[in-house]
Amino acid sequence: MEAKLLMGNEACCEGALAVGVDFFGGYPITPSNEIGEIMSRRLPKVGGRFIQMEDEIGSMACIVGASIAGRKTMTATSGPGFSLMQENLGFAAMAEAPCVIVNVMRGGPSTGMPTLPSQGDVQQARWGTHGDHPIIALTPSTVREVFDLTVTSVNFAEKYRTPVVLLMDEVIGHLREKVVLPQKESVEVVNRAKPTCPPEWYRPFEDNKSGVPLMAPFGEGYRYHVTGLTHDEMGFPTTKKDEVDALNQRLHRKIRQGFEEIMIHESFLMEDATTAIVTYGCVVRSAKTAVLEMRQEGKKVGLIKLTTLWPFPRIAFENLSDQVEEIFVPEMNMGQLYREVVRVNHGKRVVRKISKVDGEMISPEDIMRAIKREGGSGAKVY
Amino acid sequence: MQKSIDVYAYLRHEKKFPLIWCAGCGNGIILGSIIRAVDGLGLDKNLVSMVSGIGCSGRTSTYVDFNTLHTTHGRALAFATGVKFGRPELTTLVVMGDGDCLSIGGNHFIHAARRNIDMTAFIFNNNIYGMTGGQVSPTTPEGMIASTASYGNREPNFDACKLAVAAGASFVARGTTYEADSLDEIIALAIQNKGFSVVEVMTPCPTIYGRYNRLGNAVKMLRMQLEDTVTVEEAAGMSPEELKDKVVTGVFHDAPRPELCEEYELVIETALKK
Repeated sequence: MEAKLLMGNEACCEGALAVGVDFFGGYPITPSNEIGEIMSRRLPKVGGRFIQMEDEIGSMACIVGASIAGRKTMTATSGPGFSLMQENLGFAAMAEAPCVIVNVMRGGPSTGMPTLPSQGDVQQARWGTHGDHPIIALTPSTVREVFDLTVTSVNFAEKYRTPVVLLMDEVIGHLREKVVLPQKESVEVVNRAKPTCPPEWYRPFEDNKSGVPLMAPFGEGYRYHVTGLTHDEMGFPTTKKDEVDALNQRLHRKIRQGFEEIMIHESFLMEDATTAIVTYGCVVRSAKTAVLEMRQEGKKVGLIKLTTLWPFPRIAFENLSDQVEEIFVPEMNMGQLYREVVRVNHGKRVVRKISKVDGEMISPEDIMRAIKREGGSGAKVY
Repeated sequence: MQKSIDVYAYLRHEKKFPLIWCAGCGNGIILGSIIRAVDGLGLDKNLVSMVSGIGCSGRTSTYVDFNTLHTTHGRALAFATGVKFGRPELTTLVVMGDGDCLSIGGNHFIHAARRNIDMTAFIFNNNIYGMTGGQVSPTTPEGMIASTASYGNREPNFDACKLAVAAGASFVARGTTYEADSLDEIIALAIQNKGFSVVEVMTPCPTIYGRYNRLGNAVKMLRMQLEDTVTVEEAAGMSPEELKDKVVTGVFHDAPRPELCEEYELVIETALKK
């Protein structure tokens, strides 16, 4: 394939179309708009459907409805819209409707700074909707990775029957890079497992080894009930403690069983590192430069890039060498993932956060200065 | 219309009965009407989807043997839009309560009507939030008592049918649970309309609304539906004073216009040329 100059938001659409997304429901919001615009133009050409809903509550409801009707569905939004989607994102988790929510993070709180980047929705992606639900959230740091992770998000959604949040930041969403996309035939496509049994045998929320029940689309002969209420394996509301517990346990177990595959992370020059930078999204770019420059100065710095944010990839720290004495977590928020890094390191090493919340991207200098404790930048080390 | 007596063929037996609704509630009558209409039209159960919201009416979908989706409060129409737009061959029935549809779901209601997406929206109007214990709703008439309007409701109520017509629904009608026979017919017409149909059904809530307002038992409340109701034809010859406190029933609006899913075929056609 030839090289193309693509924006992150464009690469997201290319990934979605390559993996077979055929339904998009959304509502305009900066800085995610290009995604809805492109999908509105491309989907009708490939047998898909696009609908602009009346708000983000409706967008989320609509993609869940379409998912249950058998479509591969996606929406895209930013902070304020993501807040509105939380209600039906929870429904998707409970009803086990595969769908992908792209959140191109902008400055917050509230309407914040629509055109400036932040990473302020990291914990909202985990806990934004009520109830003790599992979730998957992935975050890219290059335009090519936007493509790849959109594909992965859709595939995880289909495989695990769960909503998946693709957390981009505004920097990555609007970044233009030269990319070579894979041939469509080489893109891995996962489709939800459907029942093949006679309809009268179908138990729509029955447990199995994977913990992911077979999913029949509406209209194909398997008439059944879907509800956001706690339900039994036939899908009917229940308050019997055995059935309630079984459902809640299974919802978590199906994701837990996939931890190895889901917790995506990468190491960069960590072999001999005594200091690690742990970060994600656009900050990975600055961190790489910081690592290389500090290595030139003789400091043994390495990078752990977290691609999956939720479930938190603790695996990345389990085999970390005792040589690593210090970890820095630069984030464009006040330390939302830093707490997780502290948690999984069990006090074994010093973990410091580098926070920047002034609407600008964290630069390599910010990171280097913070590690050297020189201070004097927008990024504060704590 | 030919009446079917085999209502049970449309109900889910396992674990689902008795109904959750109180004795004297009108919701079961509406459910019966919907089933008779679907049966009369000879629809394939596999191709019927029922989407409901939250509240007493929301439980309707649990009992029927269709493709059923019980959603969040107020959002039934938005979920149903995904179901229908995602799979247009499904006949889509959307069941909501008055608070569900007209308060928390008001925005979805007017936009579904504007789009004229092919589905039938039922508003089970009992003038109150029944499931949560009797709070005032957007259809509680002025002066009536509710648990959050103990001194009498002082807010004007919505006329759901006028709202639906104004927002663009292509078929709008109102019935009552007293007149179940004509309700069957109205529902059949609504389902047959290729577009967004609204059927508001006045349904008595003797347990909560009736008790707060001392309206008597279920039988008395059903009789009141007869006494307080005039048909749209009768209403045409009555003065506004005479119509005050009357509920008008019948088909208000039947004006087919282009439907969303069909219109999207034109979008696809245009897109493929470019």
